Amino acid sequence: MKEKRIVINENKTNRRVAYNKIGRVLFFLSTAFGMIVLATLLIRIFTQGIGYLNWNFLTNYASRRPEDAGIKAAIAGTVWVMGITIPVSLILGVGTAIYLEEYAPRNRLTRFIELNISNLAGVPSVVFGLLGLTVFVRFFAMGRSILAGGLTMSLLILPIIVVAAKEAIRSIPQEQYEAAYAMGATKWQIIRTVVLPAATPGILTGAILSLSRAVGETASLLMIGAMAFIAYLPDSIYSSFTVLPIQIFNWAGRPQAAFQAVAAAGSIVLLVILILMNSLAIVIRNKYTKRY
Amino acid sequence: MKNQESEKLIYSVKDFNLWYGDTHALKDISLDIPHKQVTAIIGPSGCGKSTFIKTLNRMVELVPSVKMKGDINYKESNIFDSKSSVETLRTEVGMVFQKPNPFPKSIYDNIAYGPRIHGIKNKTILNEVVEKSLKGAALWDEVKDRLNENAFGLSGGQQQRLCIARALAVEPDVILMDEPTSALDPLSTAKVEDLIQELKKDYSIIIVTHNMQQAARISDKTAFFLNGEVVEFDATEKMYSNPNDKRTDDYISGKFG
Repeated sequence: MKEKRIVINENKTNRRVAYNKIGRVLFFLSTAFGMIVLATLLIRIFTQGIGYLNWNFLTNYASRRPEDAGIKAAIAGTVWVMGITIPVSLILGVGTAIYLEEYAPRNRLTRFIELNISNLAGVPSVVFGLLGLTVFVRFFAMGRSILAGGLTMSLLILPIIVVAAKEAIRSIPQEQYEAAYAMGATKWQIIRTVVLPAATPGILTGAILSLSRAVGETASLLMIGAMAFIAYLPDSIYSSFTVLPIQIFNWAGRPQAAFQAVAAAGSIVLLVILILMNSLAIVIRNKYTKRY
Repeated sequence: MKNQESEKLIYSVKDFNLWYGDTHALKDISLDIPHKQVTAIIGPSGCGKSTFIKTLNRMVELVPSVKMKGDINYKESNIFDSKSSVETLRTEVGMVFQKPNPFPKSIYDNIAYGPRIHGIKNKTILNEVVEKSLKGAALWDEVKDRLNENAFGLSGGQQQRLCIARALAVEPDVILMDEPTSALDPLSTAKVEDLIQELKKDYSIIIVTHNMQQAARISDKTAFFLNGEVVEFDATEKMYSNPNDKRTDDYISGKFG
């Protein structure tokens, strides 16, 4: 028998085991901290807002009397703004991703552009709001309209959609391209019949997640001047508008306690919408993602 | 070598050179590839055999750093001629790859893919092409009842025959095969080899293989590549029984490679 080089020392062993336990507790506490804060927030919002949450809340316009206040205009505004944002950001985002992945030469300029797109995804939304105010509201004289809001929102989520679409396209194996090229397909045919069908689930997942960010977005729309007191439904893309988070923001800023509760009720609606959107993204990802 | 002039040629390669960046991958290749025969290309890894076969349908140009010099004539016309499109060349010259690469679509849509990109929409014609191609690849009986199922549900060997059927559906004259059995088990390999024997009645086949016994079993002519050069090109029987070059003899008898 060779002499053992690891000498068992009870003290050392106990210390190792103790550190192990401490580690476990520390990591549990970090998780618990987040969960408790989140749970407190949810409980507070629900206990405060549930009383105001009824059918009238969804079908009434904003009002000076908290018991009559509703989010009809805000929901309509959100839907209209999304009606601009979804097509604009999808078409531009997927188009950009296809160009960068399929056509752009692999050189420094392309890498520089790609790096900047990733950076743009991290730019604070207030900055996009300023951009929207300068370019859409003032320069193109769109005013404080749904069109200006929707376009500003599109810019805000465009980088996220480009990155998601690029990832989805990049995950298609080279063999798939080779198979199509070897049968005499042109690049455009390959994009249409191989790339887009395979990348669509990934693109949709990314798009829905970024749209849910847009639905909850407040700062950039405040910058371009979305209003909180709107007592009519938008009738065109040039109408002024409000959206859910701005309506909530406005109510929360009022001194009366009853409006705090109305704001909480609005938050519940917003949360439900976001959870539904995120669930849809998860379902699409799990169900339709192609495996090779 | 003498009767070669009288044989009908499908490809005639003259003094062809290819570089990947600074790497000289193919050096002064000259080969005459016969019509409706099986031509095997053998050689150790990195000898340029895959590069060569991918040059024949210009797939090698998908590599950005590639540079080429020399002539490759396909049926009398230079494939690099600016008048001929790569799309036309690749329609006439089908390819089967090392790893089966079906599309994540149904068996039917996999086969119909080629005809569809060439503009065939008529359902009757598509049905005929699908049946004919699957029969041509000896897969019809195994899949005729589940044409609408996803192609990934097939076994590896079936997937590779599906890829052959998919290549046949474009009605090519030549089929290039880049180590088509290297990812398959022996039984599936035997099936693909039998299929190649059947296909050579109607198609010119050029096959790259790592497996020297396979080349001996299925090919009419064999080219031996080494370090980007053609060491020897001759009738398979002659090459395996009485090679001209010592290096060919060494490789075939397993001294290296």
